Amino acid sequence: MSSTPAVELRGIGKRFPGVIANYDVDLNVRAGTIHAIVGENGAGKSTLMKTLYGMQEPDSGTISVEGTERRFKSPSDAINAGIGMVHQHFMLADNLTVLENIILGSEPGRRGIIDDTQARTRIADIMSAISTDLDLDMPVSELGVGERQRVEIVKVLFRGARILILDEPTAVLVPEEVDELFVTLSSLVNDGATVIFISHKLDEVLQVSNDITVMRQGTTVAETTPENIDRSGLAELMVGSELPSPAGRTSDIKDDVRLNVENLTVMGVEGRPAVDGASITIRSGEIVGIAGVEGNGQYELCAALLGLMPSSGTVTVDGADLTKATTRQRHDAGLAYIPFDRHREGLMLNAPLWENTLLGREDEDQFGKGPLVDAASVRAYTVDIIKRFGVLTPNETTPAFALSGGNQQKLIVGRTLTTNPGVLVAAHPTRGIDVGAQAAVWDEIRRARDNGMAVLLVSADLEELLGLSDSIAVMFGGSITATLNPDDVTASELGSYMTGTYEEVAS
Amino acid sequence: MTETATAPSGPSGPLAKILTPSRASGLRTSGTTLASSLLAVIIALGISAVMLFITGKDPVTAFTTITDTAQNTDKLLEMMRRATPLIFSATAVAIGFKMNIFNIGVEGQYLFAALMAAEAGSRISLPGPLHIAAILAVALISGAAWAGISAFLKVRKNIHEVISTIMLNYIALSFIQWLFNSFFRDDSVEGLNIKTTIIEESGRLPDLVEGRLNSMFIIALVVVAIFWVVVYRSTFGFKLRASGYNPTAASTAGISATKMTVIALLLSGAVAGLVAMQSVLGETHAYGPSATPIQLGFAGITVALLGRNHPVGIVIAALLFGFLDSTSAQLQLADVPNSIVKVMQAIIVLTVVIVNEAAVRRTNIKTAERARAELAAGSGA
Repeated sequence: MSSTPAVELRGIGKRFPGVIANYDVDLNVRAGTIHAIVGENGAGKSTLMKTLYGMQEPDSGTISVEGTERRFKSPSDAINAGIGMVHQHFMLADNLTVLENIILGSEPGRRGIIDDTQARTRIADIMSAISTDLDLDMPVSELGVGERQRVEIVKVLFRGARILILDEPTAVLVPEEVDELFVTLSSLVNDGATVIFISHKLDEVLQVSNDITVMRQGTTVAETTPENIDRSGLAELMVGSELPSPAGRTSDIKDDVRLNVENLTVMGVEGRPAVDGASITIRSGEIVGIAGVEGNGQYELCAALLGLMPSSGTVTVDGADLTKATTRQRHDAGLAYIPFDRHREGLMLNAPLWENTLLGREDEDQFGKGPLVDAASVRAYTVDIIKRFGVLTPNETTPAFALSGGNQQKLIVGRTLTTNPGVLVAAHPTRGIDVGAQAAVWDEIRRARDNGMAVLLVSADLEELLGLSDSIAVMFGGSITATLNPDDVTASELGSYMTGTYEEVAS
Repeated sequence: MTETATAPSGPSGPLAKILTPSRASGLRTSGTTLASSLLAVIIALGISAVMLFITGKDPVTAFTTITDTAQNTDKLLEMMRRATPLIFSATAVAIGFKMNIFNIGVEGQYLFAALMAAEAGSRISLPGPLHIAAILAVALISGAAWAGISAFLKVRKNIHEVISTIMLNYIALSFIQWLFNSFFRDDSVEGLNIKTTIIEESGRLPDLVEGRLNSMFIIALVVVAIFWVVVYRSTFGFKLRASGYNPTAASTAGISATKMTVIALLLSGAVAGLVAMQSVLGETHAYGPSATPIQLGFAGITVALLGRNHPVGIVIAALLFGFLDSTSAQLQLADVPNSIVKVMQAIIVLTVVIVNEAAVRRTNIKTAERARAELAAGSGA
């Protein structure tokens, strides 16, 4: 085996306003191997891969490719260094054929005329090397997900990549496609290529990789090999061996049911239910956590609860049947929402903070003077939120985009909790914000909980889930597959439930 | 993040970025907008001068002619007269833009409204103000109805309003022609100047300045004022702007995208219905294929763009365009091709878009920097 690593990262750090996405990241990828990078959502895997693929420059640290130190200013620098990326969301043009997609951007030929024969010969060589077969004249729109992914891989190889980054490549695949992908990856490394494989599916990682690097909270915490570790050991490395003490929970759950969801089903895009018959009951003063690998129906569950997506089943809040209610009627009934993605669902980034406070609350009497907005009242109210929730901002007329993520989130939490909701649906309430802001948000949620609010907490942060929840429901494949007591579940058990493999572990 | 659309979102991408003014806070931004628009106009004049020079015309003569026009009271009245329909059509367009709806169909909406209002006005006879009010009501309703077709197609059939409003322009033209020729034409008039039956005296809106400027100009200013109050000060306007700022966040907050889309398009169409009322109520007192002005709907898009969809901006932009239009006869006399006016208008709009985009970007960066600096200063103290 060659002693020069294919990729060597030393001390990589990357900060975003209010967030440290990566620090002290060290990575050593041996040439001709499949190297897995595992970690929870938000552990910094994607940030690291963006750095390696030249989509962003690191603030500190060095990148060496095949022994040469490199600085990537854009993905094309990375491509020139022989690095290719297969994105989780495919970057293919549906209306073009497989051939056209593969050569797009690096068309062989002269003077603007594409050399079709040369393209086909080279693609045939690549496909035989990785033992795959694709109909080059088929439009991509007619291909299945697995085939599309292979088109992406061939496309990357066609551009001369020797080091391939695959971002969660199995997330979109059915089991037999996963097996085919692994065959392709094995042929790739046999052919001399190097594969960096990002995943949080531990079984797959153990099955396919030669080396494993574990990331947690923005940094690399361990390097190991499948021979030296088992699934539960890996899960513990991912979430940290020190589990948060649930002792901080002093919840006083009352008897009255505030949120009752029965048999909620949401149809997904592929005709498969995204949420499949979920039933949840949350009482006054109770926090129910939803654990799950992202994309297992958590978003759809929340969206359906808020009336943002059509669903079947019943939803009642404080006894009022909201099954057919509009989003606004649900808000009025006391159902509040801290959204998954604050920029997309929560804020008007170009508008001043006080207008962001008003969003969703513009029909309240206290903010109106007849048909007009009572701007003075909204601004005073916003100043109160800024003070009470510790939003760091010059004033209430600052546009939302000027604030850091944590402060934006505090404004959203403030806007939401000051409605005194009976039920709060909180999705990743502290995702991507710094530690201080995180603690402040947790305190506010706890305080409202103590005053009788019921909380549905969706989070990818196991520490947050275990620390706040009174019970944890696991979502897998759209169904609630288990309801656990956070006091007697270990992180590795929770990880196994989330990947749908608990029974195997138990037996 | 799960990529699931929760709302019929407005257009996005580069077009939306150009057409929807980014907005920071307060007066500082208005100042920047005004300054950058002024700068753009100056740049445009420079480019126009170069073009005149290249085509062998004397830029000095051209600009002297234009500035002379500005000192002529009659010409200033002419400017206001020409600005009036542009104010309506630009306001109609701006209402849509405020929630990222692109009403390209003002043309069809106002011509349809003009025909319906003129025909209705000629068939009824009411005491003065009532007659005029009735004609205006028919115009508002007809414009809204025509735009309502696009609203229906958008919320029920998910057809993008750009497509439906453009197509409905063509349909409107043919439909109007058919209605006019088959039912509404005054057969007593022969030749080129065919019209609907002339509206009686009671249904005519008096001139502000006899023979120069109709009272419709005042109505235009009133409509712009209402537009300002509704969009920037009312709860409804907040919902409208919120839906434009971030449609997903708005629907997550419980603002019905469907409802806002329908209302915005109906309001836009209603205001569009007033575009030709200066002609119908104050000048020709009828609808006629050659008597009723055309192309004002498209000009309105340009004026709205130039005025950054802001009420004050729209009035200024409409007056500027009205002024440039009013100079074309003089330019012709000075042996300058009056097409230079159209070229200048186009260059002004292009430079405004470019200069403004750059200015807004700079303002945004500065705002963010200032916020950071103020915080740093605050925490240091």
